Amino acid sequence: MIYADNAATTKMSDAAIQTLTGLLKDTYGNPSSLYEFGQKAKEVLEQARRDVAESIGAQPNEIIFTSGGSEADNQAILSAAKMGALKGKKHIISTAFEHHAVLHTLNKLKNEGYEITLLDVHENGLVTPQQVKDAIREDTCLVTIMYANNEIGTIQPIREIGEICRSNNVTFHTDAVQAVGHIKVNVVDDNIDMLSASGHKFHGPKGVGFLYVKKGIKVFNLIEGGAQEKGRRAGTENVPGIAAMATALKESVDALDEYKAKLTPVRDKIIRGLSEIPHSALNGDAESRVPSNINFCFEGIEGESLLLLLDDKGIAASSGSACTSGSLDPSHVLLAIGRIHDVAHGSLRLSLGEDITDDEADYIIKSVKEVVEYLRGFSPVWRDLVAGKKEFIL
Amino acid sequence: MALYSEKVMDHFRNPRNVGVIEDANGIGEVGNAKCGDIMKMYLKIEDDIIQDVKFETFGCGSAIASSSMATELIKGKPVSEARQLTNKAVAEALDGLPDYKMHCSVLAQEAIESALKDYESRQEQK
Repeated sequence: MIYADNAATTKMSDAAIQTLTGLLKDTYGNPSSLYEFGQKAKEVLEQARRDVAESIGAQPNEIIFTSGGSEADNQAILSAAKMGALKGKKHIISTAFEHHAVLHTLNKLKNEGYEITLLDVHENGLVTPQQVKDAIREDTCLVTIMYANNEIGTIQPIREIGEICRSNNVTFHTDAVQAVGHIKVNVVDDNIDMLSASGHKFHGPKGVGFLYVKKGIKVFNLIEGGAQEKGRRAGTENVPGIAAMATALKESVDALDEYKAKLTPVRDKIIRGLSEIPHSALNGDAESRVPSNINFCFEGIEGESLLLLLDDKGIAASSGSACTSGSLDPSHVLLAIGRIHDVAHGSLRLSLGEDITDDEADYIIKSVKEVVEYLRGFSPVWRDLVAGKKEFIL
Repeated sequence: MALYSEKVMDHFRNPRNVGVIEDANGIGEVGNAKCGDIMKMYLKIEDDIIQDVKFETFGCGSAIASSSMATELIKGKPVSEARQLTNKAVAEALDGLPDYKMHCSVLAQEAIESALKDYESRQEQK
């Protein structure tokens, strides 16, 4: 079985599992309690905070632990919006292909009277710093742009965007769920005010993530209750999960160079291999891309069938097809980069893990080629394209 | 994958009656690529009996399985019987479909209806 859906979730690392299970067993105290059991848990929590902070170049008191990336996105955006409104600033800039945790939150704000500008991400899946510069207004309170896209893996020019935001005195948040632990992220060098990350995307556990908030930026808690996380996130801390996330993050960040060196050539080999399929196209820029991501559209076929047949061949992948999501529309990301519905339904995302071998890459290429050819064999769309009754798009 | 019944997976993996009938006397195509499903049905009707039926489908697993099952249900049957085919019968024969995939069985019913209609209009023109 080849697991090629690491952008959906990753396998927990052995060290993270060890941290988690060890703490579940022995360190069950409440970090808010004064006695030894509690204080031991508090120490573990604060060590995790230091480790997480260090891995992204932040200070420990700038890290808020959350239930995951979605909560962190919600808290960052809603806080910046609320702060903006206090100053009469109700304009927010983002992109059309953000994760739904961002887009749906922005929609909610739109309904509350905020004005949202969604920047075009072009055919290559990249925004330019100039677009951000041009979109900033007197009443802009927040720019929120993802670090790396979850479907097509494109890496945005975050450092330059951050610089523009800073010089215009606009708060800058980035959803870095697909970036942290996969590429180098440094909140100071990258001029980031707020950053969201999720543990299970870098071999940590599910249900835990964090929000980095630069000192001086105010955030509000989404959940009322106790004074945990300095009053910014109520609820008894998930100490084992947080510590396991910190273990996984440290491991991932320590191995970033190796990760890039190992995965980039495998990724590019698969991209070259799949490009040989006639009337196919890589989605997203080939260069500014996380090392693990491959995303293709194949004309004349539908993505869910492709996934099911790949599953039969022992390959776990994902698709932006409508059929895999239960809605009628295909992936908003693929639509945002200009793929029309007809071809967006025939998409495939492979997100590699660091254990991928060269033989497995060959097997993936061979299998995808076979399945695409097989499905085209009885696709009425493909028949019409080949017969010249319809024009090829790709 | 537990998303679909064994029957759906069987018809998806080994679709029956796939292909084209060159001398078909009833052809129907329904759906559109925008929605992600297109089904094309070819009928060869002689003496009011569906002697042969073949299909081509662009779509998800349940769309392919629904097409396959629908062809099985009408093959060798009188036209009058084929006309009675419902999407429910297709879904039931597949041991059920997930709620949000029921439209695939509707599409299969419509594809056959469309092919029968084409056959009838060709007959009228004779």
